[in-house]
Amino acid sequence: MTGGDLITLLPLIVLTASPVVVMLAAAFWRSHALALTLTLVGLTATIVSLFIAAGRTSRQVTPLLSFDAYALFYIGLLTAATAGVAILSWNYLQRRHVHPEEYYMLLLTATLGGAVLVASTHFASFFLGLEILSVSLYALIVYPIYRTQFVEAAVKYLVLAGSTSAFLVFGMALVYAETGTMTVSGLAPLLRAGLGGADVVVVLGVVLLLVGVGFKLAVVPFHMWTPDVYQGAPAPVGAYVATVSKGAVFALLLRYFRPVSLDPGSSLFLVFAAVAIASMVAGNLLALRQDNVKRILAYSSIAHLGYLLVAFLATGERAAIAVTFYLVAYFATTLAAFGVVAALSPPERDAESLSDYRGLARRRRWTATAFTIALFSLAGMPLTMGFIGKFYLVTAGAGSALWALIIVLVLTSTVGLYYYTRVVVAMWVRQPDEGAEAMGAAVDGASGAVLAALTAFLIVFGVYPAPLIHLIERAVSSLL
Amino acid sequence: MILLWYILIPAVAAPLAWLLSLSRPQAARWVAVAGTSLPLALVTWQWVAQAGALRAAFAAHGPGVAGLVQGTWLADIHAAWISPLGISFFLAEDGLTLIMLVLTFAMGLLAVLASWRGIQERVGFFHFMILWTTAALAGVFLSLDLFLFYFFFEMMLIPMYFVIALWGHEKRVYAAIKFFIFTQASGLLMLIAILALYFIHGRATGTYTFDFTQLLGTQMPSATAFLLMLGFFAAFAVKLPAFPLHTWLPDAHTEAPTAGSVILAGVLIKIGAYGMIRFMVPLFPQAVYDFRTVGMVLAVIGIIYGAVMAYAQRDLKRLVAYTSVSHMGFVLLGIFAWNTLALQGVVLQIVCHALSTGALFILVGTLQDRVHTRDMTKMGGLWAVAPRMGGTAMFFALASLGLPGLGNFVAEFLILVGTWQVSKWAAVLGAVGLVFATVYALWMMQRAFQGEETHALRFNDLVPRETGMYAALIAALVVLGFYPQPLIATVRQTVTSVQQITAGSPLSPKPTSAVQVGIPADRAPAAAAVADGTTTDGGR
Repeated sequence: MTGGDLITLLPLIVLTASPVVVMLAAAFWRSHALALTLTLVGLTATIVSLFIAAGRTSRQVTPLLSFDAYALFYIGLLTAATAGVAILSWNYLQRRHVHPEEYYMLLLTATLGGAVLVASTHFASFFLGLEILSVSLYALIVYPIYRTQFVEAAVKYLVLAGSTSAFLVFGMALVYAETGTMTVSGLAPLLRAGLGGADVVVVLGVVLLLVGVGFKLAVVPFHMWTPDVYQGAPAPVGAYVATVSKGAVFALLLRYFRPVSLDPGSSLFLVFAAVAIASMVAGNLLALRQDNVKRILAYSSIAHLGYLLVAFLATGERAAIAVTFYLVAYFATTLAAFGVVAALSPPERDAESLSDYRGLARRRRWTATAFTIALFSLAGMPLTMGFIGKFYLVTAGAGSALWALIIVLVLTSTVGLYYYTRVVVAMWVRQPDEGAEAMGAAVDGASGAVLAALTAFLIVFGVYPAPLIHLIERAVSSLL
Repeated sequence: MILLWYILIPAVAAPLAWLLSLSRPQAARWVAVAGTSLPLALVTWQWVAQAGALRAAFAAHGPGVAGLVQGTWLADIHAAWISPLGISFFLAEDGLTLIMLVLTFAMGLLAVLASWRGIQERVGFFHFMILWTTAALAGVFLSLDLFLFYFFFEMMLIPMYFVIALWGHEKRVYAAIKFFIFTQASGLLMLIAILALYFIHGRATGTYTFDFTQLLGTQMPSATAFLLMLGFFAAFAVKLPAFPLHTWLPDAHTEAPTAGSVILAGVLIKIGAYGMIRFMVPLFPQAVYDFRTVGMVLAVIGIIYGAVMAYAQRDLKRLVAYTSVSHMGFVLLGIFAWNTLALQGVVLQIVCHALSTGALFILVGTLQDRVHTRDMTKMGGLWAVAPRMGGTAMFFALASLGLPGLGNFVAEFLILVGTWQVSKWAAVLGAVGLVFATVYALWMMQRAFQGEETHALRFNDLVPRETGMYAALIAALVVLGFYPQPLIATVRQTVTSVQQITAGSPLSPKPTSAVQVGIPADRAPAAAAVADGTTTDGGR
């Protein structure tokens, strides 16, 4: 550890200092506006520090963390998403009369955990990052304590995430006991062989590790918590769980397996393929009969993680670019969708029932438009990033001749159209129920600005994605 | 640059119509009229101005691959777009594109005019969707990069979905979702085929590109080619629609508002035919040849099945929708016959079907606006109430059944003559479809307009705006019936050059000889007249 390493570590240092500052400020002067401002300042400073760290040549800081272009790109993505969530939370919390200052602190610590995860090259930092993220999320989910539903969701998440961590630690221990390595580079030869010929203890260890990761990503068969937690958590926290939490873990998975290129005949490959197919099928089919928008988004996110796994299994640089591009698109889209839910929620509950959205287009034209664009992006329609992203995934899969997976992707995403269009139909075609309360308080300026920015982002990079692709190319090239 | 305007004008007009309508709803209509008639004027001007150029290009290069591949386009644009994936913004225009563009903008304008009274809700949003569809359709016909083609192909789905779901009739949501899912699923199959082609070509040559002109002639095992061909066929056969993938069409056409039906029947389903002629057959000639028997059987089933189903309908609009299935069967037949006569017939059929069916849909729409039903059992004797409307309906019914002297007859005749050279049975059975067409068309007239006037319906006859629209369509059909040469001359180079591309395959064993082996002049005067026009000019 040298002085130079501190500069490399700057993004993490800034991100660690921010929650401390927010906490101290709250201790002396409770003000919602101040907390949000400090949070945004901290996040902006983090993004600025990324450029400073990018100037460094030596990026590995201790065996634990690597601040290569890949890590910096993902820290930037997580930070930007957190800023979006923070702004979307402002009005949501303001309407609910809770003390909101610590909420922002928890948001920052969770992001710190995510940042550690994406830079992690070692089991120790992997576990640390995951725990920082999880523990912050327990509290975030239950933050507006006035609803028992939140408590239920938080307890569910706590129990499942706790057992996940146990699986994870045990898996790490087994792998370490047998191989004596805890680093990504040490693990690569083992994974490259597809665990063929490996000792049964190592196989068990890797499987336990993947169970842990699978829980976090909420892929089938570890998906059961997602709908309940998405439905139970406050809408902005739901957005956070869907994007930052899952995105960070997927980035970590990509880092561990990127140098590996699984052999399509190996058992490990088959396990991933089976999980991908099961996620795509189950996620899309289960979403069909939901009448709760948050649950629809939850099941659709299971399916989207399945799509991502298709490109994850493909080889070549194209696959890593596809995964990253899709994650960016998924972040922006999911934030926009949950952002609409959060912005429309009245003080006493969340706007989550499909009937809440009936006739929305007549009352809130621009909000309905933003939600429609987000849903079409999730469905992969042209002019949105979702289209380019899905196209990239399919291209990556086709490049590695994963035809069976691609066909499942194509067929299940057609099924997906049905439930996305149900929401669209509710907004544009249906009339509100007789006597139902007129849902949809005025969308505040801050949320409106975030939604507008996200929508513009989705469309601009959906029409002209080349600059973003070049940026991602540079980021993932450091993985090789 | 002119090609960009064709997409940009409606694309810019679309949000403009929506925004202006927020303060003044009527403004949207005028923006939409401008957004479709401006490019229509532009493309018509180009047609007139370039007629000489088309002839010169044909004379200079002869019929041949050179015309399509080596840049004797009327106009083209080639710009980088998503270069990491080898995707370019490649637009180009030849005679066939020109015809399709004229059709697109004309039908767009017609759709706007036809909804002047019928659409009173969310006027701005409606015209936003119509203009968006128009822009996407123009993009579909102009793009020669397969990714770009797919992009526009998917892009028009959303506005069409909204048009059906928001302004449609009773079962509109069901129809809209069915249309959306059918098209999307088949489009994704085409995407897989496009990607497979992209990688096969990339591995063989080292150049990863979606540029159609470079992908032509990619070598691959015949089994692979057959699968890829099926991917393209799935997308285009759903669009066309070919039996048995047609089931979305009666629902979508019936439930859509008049403007939606006009665009669906007039342009959107023609993408199927266009895509087969432009992409599917030139890319996989051998596979198409292997598939020819199945394709022709499906086409013949479509012709007869569509006609029989049309006869069985009580719903006037559904009847018209089923006639589309029948007429598109002829188009499919002509494409699989793949000789000059048949292809010329296909292009003529595309145009004439758009005009006659578009008119019939508008007619049904105006009728529904006035009598508030589409059920023919509740009509009868309407001719006496509205003679102008009755006469107009009679004309388009006759056009639809293929009365000699109207464009539809020339088109179907050419297709059947072309098919005869390939498969006599298919031609015979297809001709039987013409008999059925007579039955359904006259039966429709009988039930709706003739007979006893029992329901005491009273309504206004056509107003001048409507009379003007129908007069233009009638004139076009009559002109095409007696003098289709300008149209045929415009697409001549496309027709010969796509055949030249497939010349090495058994699909066209003797390239450009199709005309010579045609039926002798003394036995088929109409065909000979058309064939003369092409052979003498082409031989110069």
